[in-house]
Amino acid sequence: MMSSVLSHSPILVVLLPLLAGPLCMLFGNRTIAYFVSILASLCSFLLSVYLLSLVSDGTVLSYHLGGWAPPLGIEYRVDAANALVLVIVSVISILTLPYARKSIEGEIAEKHHTLFYACFMMCFTGLMGVTITGDAFNVFVFLEVSSLSTYVLVALGAEKDRRALSAAYDYLILGTIGATFFVIGLGLIYMATGTLNMVDLAERITSLENNRTVRSGFAFIVVGMGVKVAIFPLHRWLPGAYTYAPSAISAFLAATATKVAIYVVMRFIFLVFSTKFGFEKDTLTFIFFPLAIVAMFAASFTAVYQVNLKRLLAFSSVAQIGYMLLGISLFTVTGLSAAMVHLFNHALTKGALFFAIGAIIYRIGSPMLPNMAGLGRKMPWTSAAIVIGGLSLIGVPGTVGFVSKWVLLKAALEQNYWLVSLAIVLSSLISIVYVWKIIEQLYLQPAKSDDAITEAPLSLLIPTWILILGSVWFGVNAEFTVQVSTTAAESLFHGKFLEPATIMGLEGRP
Amino acid sequence: MDHHLILRVVTKLLVAPILLYGLYVQFHGDFGPGGGFQAGVIFAVGFILYGIVFGLRRLRKSFPDYFVHRLVALGVLIYAGTGVVNMLLGGNFLDYNVLAEEGYKGQHWGIIAVELGVGVTVFGVMMAIYYSFAGRPPRLDDKDW
Repeated sequence: MMSSVLSHSPILVVLLPLLAGPLCMLFGNRTIAYFVSILASLCSFLLSVYLLSLVSDGTVLSYHLGGWAPPLGIEYRVDAANALVLVIVSVISILTLPYARKSIEGEIAEKHHTLFYACFMMCFTGLMGVTITGDAFNVFVFLEVSSLSTYVLVALGAEKDRRALSAAYDYLILGTIGATFFVIGLGLIYMATGTLNMVDLAERITSLENNRTVRSGFAFIVVGMGVKVAIFPLHRWLPGAYTYAPSAISAFLAATATKVAIYVVMRFIFLVFSTKFGFEKDTLTFIFFPLAIVAMFAASFTAVYQVNLKRLLAFSSVAQIGYMLLGISLFTVTGLSAAMVHLFNHALTKGALFFAIGAIIYRIGSPMLPNMAGLGRKMPWTSAAIVIGGLSLIGVPGTVGFVSKWVLLKAALEQNYWLVSLAIVLSSLISIVYVWKIIEQLYLQPAKSDDAITEAPLSLLIPTWILILGSVWFGVNAEFTVQVSTTAAESLFHGKFLEPATIMGLEGRP
Repeated sequence: MDHHLILRVVTKLLVAPILLYGLYVQFHGDFGPGGGFQAGVIFAVGFILYGIVFGLRRLRKSFPDYFVHRLVALGVLIYAGTGVVNMLLGGNFLDYNVLAEEGYKGQHWGIIAVELGVGVTVFGVMMAIYYSFAGRPPRLDDKDW
């Protein structure tokens, strides 16, 4: 029995939250909804870990939906790259839920709590689906599932701040444009190749380098996903959405949504489109590379001048996305593995920081920096979490941030890009400025004496500290993450994903 | 719209055929043109027409909001549940072949079940959209126009 359940795990990681969402609505009770969501996330998480353990040696798993064999049927295909992203998404989800239960009390009207859990589960479903599927059109479908529920989740912040509505609307328009571009691109490559299965696409597309349809398809897909990733000039939706969303959602989005989009970009650039294509290398060198460098500096500079702490972290996210893009644009296995490591590490760090900020907002009711003067003494645990998270953003040794920057530097130096490595170090110096700004407010400013603010409740502190401890743990024992990321990068770069896969569940009919 | 006698009579005549047509599109969708999506919309149109002519309040009384919201969820569950039943019967997710002795009959049953799920959800969503737009208090009172 157990083995037959496990053999369906590629679909179950998506299916369980998909069932949990409507079940939450059906019960219509927020306590039941909460436990249903927790249960679904927990099972998804365990199954993702199981999948990661199966693929960490480089095997590829395939699951045939509906009993139809690919390329006709939809296929779920797991390799080290997407198994790692699955684990990231599910672990963040399982930490966000207990956190959200407390934090949404003050942010969302009680009658909307069930809806919150339902939307959260749908968002989770979408992200897991985008990650695991091996069908290009399925990516679009799940992308819309996650995006539509994200718009609602961001808009739920309107209870506290009406600006959440315009932020959600911005995100809706830009996100829809991104998704539309993506689907136009898919349509174009479908027209040129006649297939939507990623493996099949990769095989048929190799001979079509000079096909203009394929080229424009590539452009549409990269720009469309670029909006979702928030590549530097396309990042306009991100600060608003992260700032005005409920705290738990800011943390969840910061840690997962852009990461999944980056994974899709990697998947399409390195697997669907052949790495041998000249135009692709040009895109990476002449577009991604400069944009990544600009993002690292411009977004960091913008972050320095923010007084809204959530906004500050949002801009810092744009800068960190720059590091991941830089890794991708180096076009080497080390570069890709740097991007993968940073994907994991940044999810831990940013998730923890947004959790900690949420805990402060829960107590003082404002995300503004001046209101946080002297909180270091009143909320010692939360402030300590912010300090460690901040150190990880800078890249101090002993935290995950150091590991990612180290691998990235190694990748840059491997190519003899001295100036690039200098840029990485310099932009880290800017992040010292904005992290110091926070620390100064928390510890060095005199506290406002009139209010009795106490430490955040445990249900907010525990998820925060789990992530913080995780970011220290993986900062010290970097072997595991680096090894998995290297396997993932090799799978992406050398096209292991395309090799014959081990079939899970039943084999489909051709 | 109490004074619009013609509208009221025509609506009463039309609602039943519209609903019947919706059901036809729903259950004929596996062989002919149609399917859950179109059927859900047509079915909802019958109710929305009733709501427009006889008043939102009366419609809401017979189809309360919480019921509509649960329908939306129920449809998704029917769809996903079909897939789960396939898995329990020993197939892959959404492998309808295991539903009956012969594969093609299983496909037939599976499609009908899945389309029913789509129909229920689309019906619920259409009603929910109508409620949320029509239920908004008007900025101007009718007399102020």
